[in-house]
Amino acid sequence: MLVYFLRRLALTVPTFIALMFVTFAAIRLVPGDPVEVRVGEHGISPERLAYFRHQLGLDLPVWQQFLDYCWRLLHGDFGVSLSTQTKVLTEFFTLFPATVELSLCAMLFAIAVGVPAGAVAAVKRGSVFDQGLMTISLFGYSMPIFWWGLLLIMFVSVKLEWLPVSGRIDLINYYFDQPTGFMLIDTLLSGESGAFLDAVRHLILPAIVLGTVPLGVIARMTRSSMLEVLSEDYVRTARAKGLSPFRVIGVHALRNALLPVVTVIGLSVSSLLAGAVLTETIFSWPGVGHWLIESISRRDYPALQGGVMLVSTVVIGVNLVVDLVYGAINPRIRHGR
Amino acid sequence: MKSLVLASLGLAALLAGMPAATAKTLVYCSEGSPENFTPALNTTGTTFDAARPVYDRLTEFKRGTTEVIPGLAESWDIADGGKTITFHLRKGVKFHGVKDFTPTRDFNADDVLFSINRQWKEDNPYFKVSGGKYDYFNDMDMPASIDSVTKTDDYTVVLKLKEPNTPILANFAMDFMAIGSAEYADFLLKKGTPEQFDQTPVGTGPFYFVAYQKDSVIRFKKNPDHNFGEKALVDDLVFAITPDATARYAKLKAGECHVNGYPRLADVPEMEKDATLKVVHQPGLNIAYWAFNMTKPPFDKLEVRQALSMAIDRDAIIKDVYLGAGDKAKTLIPPTMWSYDDKIADYAYDPEKAKALLAKAGVNTPLDIDLWYQPVQRPYNPNGKRIGEMMQADLAKIGVNAKLVTFEWGEYRKRLENAEDNTGQMGWTGDNGDPDNFFFLLGCPDGKPGANNIPKWCNAEFNDLLAKARSISDQAERAKLYARMQEIEHDEQPELLLAHSIVYEATRANVEGYKQSPLGTHAFQGVDVK
Repeated sequence: MLVYFLRRLALTVPTFIALMFVTFAAIRLVPGDPVEVRVGEHGISPERLAYFRHQLGLDLPVWQQFLDYCWRLLHGDFGVSLSTQTKVLTEFFTLFPATVELSLCAMLFAIAVGVPAGAVAAVKRGSVFDQGLMTISLFGYSMPIFWWGLLLIMFVSVKLEWLPVSGRIDLINYYFDQPTGFMLIDTLLSGESGAFLDAVRHLILPAIVLGTVPLGVIARMTRSSMLEVLSEDYVRTARAKGLSPFRVIGVHALRNALLPVVTVIGLSVSSLLAGAVLTETIFSWPGVGHWLIESISRRDYPALQGGVMLVSTVVIGVNLVVDLVYGAINPRIRHGR
Repeated sequence: MKSLVLASLGLAALLAGMPAATAKTLVYCSEGSPENFTPALNTTGTTFDAARPVYDRLTEFKRGTTEVIPGLAESWDIADGGKTITFHLRKGVKFHGVKDFTPTRDFNADDVLFSINRQWKEDNPYFKVSGGKYDYFNDMDMPASIDSVTKTDDYTVVLKLKEPNTPILANFAMDFMAIGSAEYADFLLKKGTPEQFDQTPVGTGPFYFVAYQKDSVIRFKKNPDHNFGEKALVDDLVFAITPDATARYAKLKAGECHVNGYPRLADVPEMEKDATLKVVHQPGLNIAYWAFNMTKPPFDKLEVRQALSMAIDRDAIIKDVYLGAGDKAKTLIPPTMWSYDDKIADYAYDPEKAKALLAKAGVNTPLDIDLWYQPVQRPYNPNGKRIGEMMQADLAKIGVNAKLVTFEWGEYRKRLENAEDNTGQMGWTGDNGDPDNFFFLLGCPDGKPGANNIPKWCNAEFNDLLAKARSISDQAERAKLYARMQEIEHDEQPELLLAHSIVYEATRANVEGYKQSPLGTHAFQGVDVK
């Protein structure tokens, strides 16, 4: 197991090197630099332009800028945001809990709905439920997040007035310290009555929107995996032993069918973070997704480079854990067979 | 399944309950997070709006207008032909306190000197703090204009200028001239955290800063000690940061915020029908124009410039590209600005006359020209490319083949300023509400390469009047000079003035006292929620 872990860990090194290069190069391929992008019709004198470019090290050869960036990164220095003059690491960890909270709730929603729905669809293969579910999951999988989010806001929040439009908490009625950055935890710590419930109300729509794509994937994956497992000999044996249908499906079939679903969940982390960029913008959710978009428009090189590296680290980390978990529960993977 | 649906509905109904509010709170749906809270360091309206509640300035714009009124300076004297301005400061003005700083003295001249010197003097310990980019201080030519700033006593500051420049009084009402606390600055310097000055603002304004969570919320509370100008009428001011325009509208509709400063144009008709909302609009302090490079033939000929101007159907552009949210422009300044001359006759759309003028100028058609279009959306130009295409089609009708050209925005601006184009779209957004801030664009000093006079037009009479208007302080006298300048500009037609965009804002119907600013800023003193 240790060898497997080390092998997987070693594989992340080239990924990180490639990431360092790509994040560095990509933002520089976008026209306009951090100094010029903030200049409006007033323009900027060549002297001031040169002064600020020098201050930011943009007058150095690109290879030297890249080496400086790698050197600082290796020392854990992600730099300072050019627009806010705050450490990138500080900005990231201020915003990251909101993204994690939203992503976890979205994933929870996707699993809680997707796994049972997929399992039932497999058991009732060919039924109206099965066909309906597969159509809906395909619809969910191909749904444009932006459109879906706005539709829910307009219908559920504006027309029915059931849930708040956006944000994480009712800003008029609640104000408290947020030591953890996780609103659900902070509302409980605050002791303010009704705050937790209000935070939940704010989470529902963004979690549904963000969870819709993984929900579609998980439901379909569970269904096909279940179909495969249900035709296995041991399931037939279990049935023949006279076990109740619940035990056959719930214990013998579903547990085995969930193996590939675990992998899908791991892979969904990256799509969740990608979806978070849009979801956070629509729902004014103060997470890293919206922050990264802003960093691009401001050509905030350190914020963007640091942010992408940190988000990628999380994705790689989660996938590594998933691989290890998978390896642990499936020895064939661990032994490279 | 049915029970699941019912349970969901029941839960939703249960969750829909809202606790009751206590203190009076005004929520502004802002469009983004500020870079920090020191306006001098930044150029975005988002940051200016976020810092404005906290700070006062020496002079102020009367809310909803561009009229300059006393602020922290209760009066001023202009002497020496407009080269010396003496500010008499207000007494008994208190700075806010924050968590680890309690002011020990009232506002005085040291705070004014600090706020100017931070942006001006490289030896000021704060000059390089937080990146030290004082774009506006430089853009408004403050280093080139100011000779010295001194205090004669704690409540008198003397500003000496290199040249007469009365419009500079309006600069002191701009956000970059917000007055911060020198005592707070010293305190932070000793503490070793000078950058906190820009993150946790301390000012004298109608609201004091409480908290900021990036991309989420900015909180302010009413400053009960604010003893001049308009007062805060609500207890709490909350900026709910809502980047998406549709979400801002939804929040306004749902009553989650009271003011939406930047509605989408497409939503305006629906907003106007909604009895729970109020929509206000006015022409923005801006201008979009199509400049003719007068250093290159045939644009040096007046008839050619007039012909090209008459070939463009601006009404169609305003209808299709501005979606009606634009006023056809006939002078550089918008109609809301003092000295606007409504008597100026506009160049009417007349392709036949345009053809005749081209023939009169001895220009053979087809004539090939380049038409540079703006690559980015600007407040005055919603879609440079689309406008360019419509102009191209109009020009074809008089035998002019316009090739559409553009570059990345920084490059585009630089090349235009260096007169590499032969015709190009450009525009301007006013900074301080003074006509000088528009007319300088056509002054001779800005006609040199790399400067803002895009047509590179230099008219001696226009230029003399521009300088003369800077040296006198009487507004009526200045207005006469600007009126004459508008006539000259019209007669010479160095550029076709396209449009002033119309700016919309929306509030809940129960918001009282909110005034739209021609400067595009958002201020909340004097605003109440009923």
